[in-house]
Amino acid sequence: MNPAIGHEVAAGTAANGSTEVPTQPRAATPRTSATQAVASPEAGPGERGPASDVDTTDGATRPGTGSGDRGPASGGVAAGEGTRSQGAEASFRRLPNLISIEDLDAAQVRRILDTTEQLLPIAQRERNSVPTLRGKMVCNLFLEDSTRTRISFELAAKRLSAEVLNFSAKGSSVSKGESFKDTALTLDAMGVDCVVVRSGSSGAPLQLSRYLDVPILNAGDGWHQHPTQALLDVFTMRRHLGDMAGRRVVLVGDLLHSRVARSEVQALRLLGARVTVVAPPTLLPPAIEGWDVEVARDLDDVLPSADVVYALRVQRERMHGAFFPSVREYARRWGLDGRRLRLMRDDAIVMHPGPMNRGVEITGDVADSDRAVITEQVTNGIAVRMACLYLLLAGGAAGGSSGQEPVSSGQQERESGGLPADTSASSAAQEVPR
Amino acid sequence: MSDRVLLAGGRVLDPTTGLDAHLDVLVADGRVERLLPPRGGAGATNPDLAGGGPDGQGNAEASDARVGRAPDAAAGPVTNAGSSEVAHAAAGAEVVDVTGYWVTPGFVDLHTHLREPGGEDAEDVATGSAAGAAGGYTALCAMANTSPVCDAVPIADMVWQRGREVGLVDVFPVGSITAGLEGRELTPFGELNASAARVDFFSDDGIPLADALVMRRALQYATAFDAVICNHAEDPDLTADAQMNEGAMSSVLGLAGWPHEAEEVMIARDLILAAGVGARLHVPHVTTAGAVELIRAAKARGVRVTAEVTPHHLLLTDDLVSSYDPVLKVNPPVRTDRDVAALREALVDGTLDAVATDHAPHAPELKDQEWEHAPCGMLGLETAFGVVNTALIRTGQLDPLTAVARFTTGPASVRDVEAHGGGRGAAGLVAGAPANLAVFDPEHTWTVTADQLHSRARNSPYIGRELTGRAVHTMLRGRFTLRDGVVREVPERDGSRRGAAGHGAFPGHRAFTGHGGTAAGRPVDTEVGA
Repeated sequence: MNPAIGHEVAAGTAANGSTEVPTQPRAATPRTSATQAVASPEAGPGERGPASDVDTTDGATRPGTGSGDRGPASGGVAAGEGTRSQGAEASFRRLPNLISIEDLDAAQVRRILDTTEQLLPIAQRERNSVPTLRGKMVCNLFLEDSTRTRISFELAAKRLSAEVLNFSAKGSSVSKGESFKDTALTLDAMGVDCVVVRSGSSGAPLQLSRYLDVPILNAGDGWHQHPTQALLDVFTMRRHLGDMAGRRVVLVGDLLHSRVARSEVQALRLLGARVTVVAPPTLLPPAIEGWDVEVARDLDDVLPSADVVYALRVQRERMHGAFFPSVREYARRWGLDGRRLRLMRDDAIVMHPGPMNRGVEITGDVADSDRAVITEQVTNGIAVRMACLYLLLAGGAAGGSSGQEPVSSGQQERESGGLPADTSASSAAQEVPR
Repeated sequence: MSDRVLLAGGRVLDPTTGLDAHLDVLVADGRVERLLPPRGGAGATNPDLAGGGPDGQGNAEASDARVGRAPDAAAGPVTNAGSSEVAHAAAGAEVVDVTGYWVTPGFVDLHTHLREPGGEDAEDVATGSAAGAAGGYTALCAMANTSPVCDAVPIADMVWQRGREVGLVDVFPVGSITAGLEGRELTPFGELNASAARVDFFSDDGIPLADALVMRRALQYATAFDAVICNHAEDPDLTADAQMNEGAMSSVLGLAGWPHEAEEVMIARDLILAAGVGARLHVPHVTTAGAVELIRAAKARGVRVTAEVTPHHLLLTDDLVSSYDPVLKVNPPVRTDRDVAALREALVDGTLDAVATDHAPHAPELKDQEWEHAPCGMLGLETAFGVVNTALIRTGQLDPLTAVARFTTGPASVRDVEAHGGGRGAAGLVAGAPANLAVFDPEHTWTVTADQLHSRARNSPYIGRELTGRAVHTMLRGRFTLRDGVVREVPERDGSRRGAAGHGAFPGHRAFTGHGGTAAGRPVDTEVGA
């Protein structure tokens, strides 16, 4: 939809030699170089540079350990306002909404993941924030209970210095006398800049986008989509496995009622991963053949070839709808346990969107093993949501204050008292070999 | 003002007699007085008439020699009179030029939710009747799921009486099958049948009658009155929380699926039960290819079954739901291309007897909700002809005469709609029959807009879409209810008048208060000189 999404940062570099470019930890890999080359059509060979910040976390370093000595400027980007070329502005279209992974192309997904890499160090620090979205008001419209996701979005917004308005209502807002439409118009009248919406009703974010002119960020709707969950998942996979093209991801569990599964499959297919699904036939979505996935009957058969095994949550209400005979039978046939963990390759990882039903879809020993990256998913979720908020609210709007990069070194210095990233430092950074 | 109106120059399509010819229709004293060869002599030689044929029907065919043989074939009173005799017969009549238009018996809708009593925020008998008149309808069957439910004589007679008071269409109430639509005790079929409304058609529409024993007893008991039982064909266990057609789209959209099996299982059961007791069964809003096959096979076996299809199921498919626009939410749901193709074929071959709108108004605030919470239903009366004309007639799948039959004689074969569509009593465009008729412009292409609709509700899926074909005039017992696209004003219950100005099909036309009023524009309102 927006193939130009990768252009902005590099264009900024082209126009301003002092601008740092967001760095991502696998900067040395051919894939990254190619991406940046494509993204910098106007940059000359000398001035284009990823400004690879050697201190930024790399693939081998656990998040948050690599950049402390550099201060908040590490991994940062300083793009002054109005520094980008007119040509770049004309060619860039801002991401209007994030409602479904279906709305994205592979370049846009990579752009979000690359931006996430850049923001991850900030997401991980307790006292750190950047003023990127200062003055913006982000509304968390939660029409369905979800403390974890709401907190994650709230943290993400706050680390970008946005104001956060929490608007919660259980079930349909009409049940308390206000229509869905009126709720939307109320938010519009309040002057919010972005609405993060969670709803138990599939399609509610898309409907909301027809009532509101501000960006809508889907925080999960019914069984339909949960795009930030999928993005944080593929981000986590990429950090462990690198390029996902050709990798095999096994999704096991209740796909029928899972918004995570729908987004996950689409994101993985965009990145070229192979997806295998395993589930009780009663919990497979209808017309699964249209999903472009492989359906396997036996979990044991597919584990040895898996790079990722992703266990989906079995919701309590599904345990009594004749979907499967008993929790015990489900756990035996479709649950991840220690025996199955041993069938997996040593470098394969185990994931779960949380909250887990220990003893049902995953046993405690698997959840707590070093192969499980479940808590890392939670941390990465904040960074992914920061990236999405940034790209929706600031990323790529032509001109104006919203055209800034997510992390401006100057701003960051003022904000957190870190080391200044002056021009010479930036220039030096640019000379670091990629 | 004149009590005599000559609809001059149109193509008369009357399935009650099989007539398809260019003839003038003389209406006098509320009845069709006679059909006459067009002014100016035989239609075949009149170049003005050559433009009336729809696409796919050669102009030559539309105005060919059938005009000459029509009087012998069907319409006895029509004479091959010379123009002077025609002038004499129509002397003093107001001439309404309907050249290029189709003149048909008034359309009959088997399935209308008028919402009165109890749902007047969405529709009432007056607004629903106006929508009907605007769509070319002269008879509407008002569904029983009102509040209170139409399960007793006072309710049925009230609805029937309101229809007469409004006077834009004849309203034929549908009685519920069970008291309160609760699926347990039978509604008093006999009392309702003997009432002023003479109810002979019973349905719990909207709620399936799940209990097979109650269904069997209802069918059995109805045979005492030769009444028709119409069961909403949906197995409720298979559609718990269902939101849209189950399939590739529901899979991607994350909406609970409504499997086609839910419809087919119920139809299969009802066909077996109806055959067993020899009762008349009507299957409403058929939507699946499998259901079509069940009905086709049952008819071949001699089961007394009739069936209807809605315009929306003949056109819309479930891929549209990707917009999550609740205006598209309907029960049964819009299905797939394959189902649409099967429904069209079945309408052509008569497996499906009638097009019925399932006109289901809902107040805007109820549709301005999340898909999951929005109620099912969409408007249909004012767009039904346009949809069928656009989707089936102009594409050459359905010939005009058969299409008109599915709106007139088809529904009239399902239940008794006296004097409409070939129902009991004289009907159709034959001498002596009550002048319940409609005139359509099959070439008029229009974009549906909310402010054109006469329905109180606005939940039409066609708003913003272009349709070809629209009613120009509608006449109930010789009186225009729609004239030049403008619905006649009707008195409100409080004595004020309900204005129709501004809602006409053809901008610039004002509301009128009865037949004989002047109207600007294309129709020629001149008196034939004596």
